[in-house]
Amino acid sequence: MSELPLSATADAALQAAPATKARGYWATVGRRITRDKVSMACALVLILIFLSAILAPWLGLEDPYKGSMIRRLRHIGTVGYPLGTDELGRDMLARLIYGGRLSLVIGILPVILAFCIGTSLGLIAGYVGGKLNTAIMRTIDVFYAFPSVLLAIAISGALGAGILNSIVSLTVVFVPQITRVAESVTTGVRNMDFVEAARASGAGPFTIMRVHILGNVLGAIFVYATSLISVSMILAAGLSFLGLGTKPPEPEWGLMLNTLRTAIYVNPWVAALPGAMIFAVSICFNLLSDGLRSAMDIRN
Amino acid sequence: MTKLVEISGLNIRFTGERTVYAVNDLSLSLGDGEVLGLLGESGSGKSVTLRALMRLLPKKRTQISGKVNVMGRDVLAMNDEELSSFRGQTVSMIFQEPALALDPVYTIGAQIAESVVRHEGKSYAEGRARALEMLEVVRIPSAKRRLDAYPHEMSGGMRQRAMIALALACRPKILLADEPTTALDATVQIQILLLLRELQREFGMSVIFVTHDIGVAIEICDRVAVMYAGQIVEQGTLRDIVRSPVHPYAKGLLASTIHGAKRGQRLETIPGTPPSLAEKPHNCSFAPRCSVAQPRCLEQLPANVEVGPGRAARCVLAEQVAALS
Repeated sequence: MSELPLSATADAALQAAPATKARGYWATVGRRITRDKVSMACALVLILIFLSAILAPWLGLEDPYKGSMIRRLRHIGTVGYPLGTDELGRDMLARLIYGGRLSLVIGILPVILAFCIGTSLGLIAGYVGGKLNTAIMRTIDVFYAFPSVLLAIAISGALGAGILNSIVSLTVVFVPQITRVAESVTTGVRNMDFVEAARASGAGPFTIMRVHILGNVLGAIFVYATSLISVSMILAAGLSFLGLGTKPPEPEWGLMLNTLRTAIYVNPWVAALPGAMIFAVSICFNLLSDGLRSAMDIRN
Repeated sequence: MTKLVEISGLNIRFTGERTVYAVNDLSLSLGDGEVLGLLGESGSGKSVTLRALMRLLPKKRTQISGKVNVMGRDVLAMNDEELSSFRGQTVSMIFQEPALALDPVYTIGAQIAESVVRHEGKSYAEGRARALEMLEVVRIPSAKRRLDAYPHEMSGGMRQRAMIALALACRPKILLADEPTTALDATVQIQILLLLRELQREFGMSVIFVTHDIGVAIEICDRVAVMYAGQIVEQGTLRDIVRSPVHPYAKGLLASTIHGAKRGQRLETIPGTPPSLAEKPHNCSFAPRCSVAQPRCLEQLPANVEVGPGRAARCVLAEQVAALS
């Protein structure tokens, strides 16, 4: 046995080396992302916005619905109104924080729904292939024929204005995009050796899809979905802007942007604030998804 | 010796944009506790034969005819459920590239445990215990720690050991090895070969070992079948094939190895390239490259001639050898 001394020395070398404790995949990803300063800063901003939106009623803010004709369009920094007032004299700070509640929900919920639906569709289409793939993917292509903004407006318009309807329409807009990504990563993974190895060890199609395919594609789809959150927020704001989403006097960033548009020459800084919020949340989600992408790629 | 695997008259044809006759009229048998080497150059149908044995070939694009019997059961007639328990429990496979054949997002322990849970209906904890046991069997150093390691955290040799542990976790009767040492460097190669040989004895398995490297085949096989263009051109015991090959292709293959070659001398090669398998062979596929080809080689397919006990060759020359002995 020439192998014995060899493996014995290898064993000794390994024992002598400082034992790197094996961690779980998500623990490793978590550790890597906490080292990334940009991602951490973005996460902090998002947490702040989320927390303030959730805790809005307990923050001691002005009533976001109460207006006054005498204090319309105050500048930023006015005593009592740190971010000024809007065209009806309502406190901008309160409206921005309360607006976050609606804006975040209609920004994120459609992406979560589309993520679930799109991943399942894409996984099935990609793994089964053949006629089913053609059926699913060509149906998806029909939705691609319309620009996403137009599609969202059309569906929202057909269903009627309202928060629920705009969530539905945005979900329909995102399902094709996520399905396509899910399908392409699935077809990439499907032909890998470890899928064949799993088949060779007796795994059925459902086990392979659930364990081996999903485990390998979920990360990529998840990262793509996080980048869609910003798009969703902007689209949702656009729907509200057109009067298809939330209705006044409900505070919502897109709707606020719309109503303040008339004041852009009088008080441009206040008018730009809702846009700044949308921008901040979008860019934070985008940067965070970038950070997540590199943190999840632990093989490099 | 009882036969674990009996393949007779196997034909595999891939259809689609172009048709490929990958395996033609192949007959093969594997005895209990035997290591059979399938030797041949790339594209000769070695891997396809292995995959046919496990029915891993894509259903839609493959036409299989012939008989494949494993432990008395007809593999080609199995339904999905039977196949599922057949794969992994009766027959298991290890692959060429361990880096690709292990799922990158699960730990080694989890992958072995999953297979044990699926096949033997045990709990996950029991599966993990088996995984630890298997990692020790394949001599992975500090096995306990490696249980929670991901494939990318291991070296090539260690990954192949883990792959073997995964394949043997459910104690299969037959192990199919698809060039398991090709992707490894030479020192690791010999370790893996010795390990396989040892495990084969320990577990009492039969092994079909696919390789294009005659040196590797010599190290591990009891019996060798040389494949060319989807056919077995010669088979017999390792000793017979290495000492006195009958088929000119087997001779050429043995001559073209660097083992025992003299320094400064050009290595012998087989001129020409293997035939395209776009149509079913109707004469000797090797004839165009053969230095001793005769006109009748091109006329019809040479018969499979029994040269000695358990020894056969598909060549006109074999008839003379058979007549002599």
